[in-house]
Amino acid sequence: MGQTIIEKIIQSHTQEEVRPGKIVWLDLDIRSARDFGGPNVVRNYEREYGDKPVADSRKTFFTFDLCAPACSLKYADNQQLCRLFARRQNIKVFDVDQGIGSHVMIEEGLAKARTTVVGTDSHFNILGAVGSFGQGMGDVDIAFAFRTGRTWFEVPETVKIILKGKFSFPTTAKDVTLFILKNLGTSKAALKAIEFYGEALRQFSLAERITLCSMVTEMAGIIGFIPEFKAQTKAEIEKVSGVEFNPFQADEDAYYTETIGIDIDGLQPQVAAPFSPTNVRPVSDLKGVRIDSGFIGSCTNGRVEDFALASRILAGRKIKPGIMLKIAPATRLVYQQMLEKGLIKELFQSGAIIDSPGCGGCAEGHIGLTGEGEIQISSANRNFAGKQGKGQTYLASPAVVAASCVLGHIASPEDL
Amino acid sequence: MKKSRLKGRLWVLCDSQGQLLEDIDTDQIYHNAYLYITDVAQMGQYALGSLKGWKDFSRKASAGDIIVAGRNFGAGSSRQQAVDCFISLGISMIMAPSFGAIYFRNAVNSGFPVLRSAEIESLVRNKELESGDIVKVDFRQGQAINITKKISFTLESMSDVQYQIYLAGGLFRYGRKLR
Repeated sequence: MGQTIIEKIIQSHTQEEVRPGKIVWLDLDIRSARDFGGPNVVRNYEREYGDKPVADSRKTFFTFDLCAPACSLKYADNQQLCRLFARRQNIKVFDVDQGIGSHVMIEEGLAKARTTVVGTDSHFNILGAVGSFGQGMGDVDIAFAFRTGRTWFEVPETVKIILKGKFSFPTTAKDVTLFILKNLGTSKAALKAIEFYGEALRQFSLAERITLCSMVTEMAGIIGFIPEFKAQTKAEIEKVSGVEFNPFQADEDAYYTETIGIDIDGLQPQVAAPFSPTNVRPVSDLKGVRIDSGFIGSCTNGRVEDFALASRILAGRKIKPGIMLKIAPATRLVYQQMLEKGLIKELFQSGAIIDSPGCGGCAEGHIGLTGEGEIQISSANRNFAGKQGKGQTYLASPAVVAASCVLGHIASPEDL
Repeated sequence: MKKSRLKGRLWVLCDSQGQLLEDIDTDQIYHNAYLYITDVAQMGQYALGSLKGWKDFSRKASAGDIIVAGRNFGAGSSRQQAVDCFISLGISMIMAPSFGAIYFRNAVNSGFPVLRSAEIESLVRNKELESGDIVKVDFRQGQAINITKKISFTLESMSDVQYQIYLAGGLFRYGRKLR
């Protein structure tokens, strides 16, 4: 029997036989913690292992991205606790200036194809975008991984998703992702690995691959891979990461528990209404819903391409008075690219607020939080009740967020 | 020695219409506003603090109680606190048709029993599992009895790894035995 991509990665990191449903001991190439979970990792580690060294300090990292730089005393304390531990253990810290950990892992060439990478971030399965098995884990798991370099893992089943048809602007990878979420909900791919196929995906850039893979978390999946790519994407990933992009491909006789076809031909922009990322409707159904604020950024849509798209829509226009548009680049590299392309200036002139690199308002760490009664449209990945505050969050593409901020209500770029 | 049998009073996480709540995410279980807390004893007061209709859970729950939830319980973030807050209150176990993947791992690693049962949805719909019922669970055998209503049902028995980690009292203690 052939193997799927996740089975091949797991097989290359364990001595045991790999088959879906079996629990194996998995070697972890990279183990990391962020300012969420990180302090708990340190406390667990020191309580359990004292001052014993981590298994391999060159494979162990901290990434501070949620509350970066710290905007509360508690986070300042927590980050410093991690820094001091890192100094004692000779662990590298990607500090508060560096941006979202999962993206840093890609840019630094740490999360490369065929590797296993864990961190205290449930969106670490973003790393599927570069063929790596990334996984978010809790602070017990990560402390154990710091010390041992491994963990137990149940080999997931794999489902195959085949996208049929093509889409074009103003529809983007985010709209395709939301439409897949609408089709799969939180049950069809739950606890499974996903392999996404289809001609439209072959055209995806790294940023677009990240957008789709990031929201496998919201599909309740374990990890998603996009096996097909064009030469230009391979070159782009190798340029950004500085390492070869040679991901595993599934065997022809690999076993999939299910194959699901989704027709995206001529898809229009999609929006996920409160309070679930699966509550997805065409933008035309929600047109006219009044908004107070917009957010562009997050691990799902925080690459330079996302801001270039927003800037293109905002060019020569102003954000409607009274509306706040908040922007957070995913990483310092993205911030630099925005500077070089003149995007910071363009977005500033349209009235946007630009934050330092990081997660933005996905949690109570930075800009993008909502007050009671506030309606926000966001390029992030979650809109659960209360998550970003007492307001309501609609999820959409950077293009739809930008257009909505110009008009003051939910709108497609075509409505401008 | 940890027991593979537990008895406790149920809290069935339903909405005001008695529908089992599905996809309860980790922010509803333990909101991100309290993630700076690293002391487990401090976490219990925030358990279910953002879940509509259940915000007073920490004041109502008693040590030994059992939670019953809808499918995909613990969706969302990787925060261990969403498990630790229940440990903090002395909750003895959680039963659901399914759990978020990371949530399930975190519970296993903390030595906290989480059990899956496909029967929960129909039992709750038929009012055969209700808050306040006393239930006895044997999670090695995968058997449960609702003593109050005199109904038995089945659960997925724990995997060997889950059971061994539970018996050891968590992943760290289990890991000591491995070395």
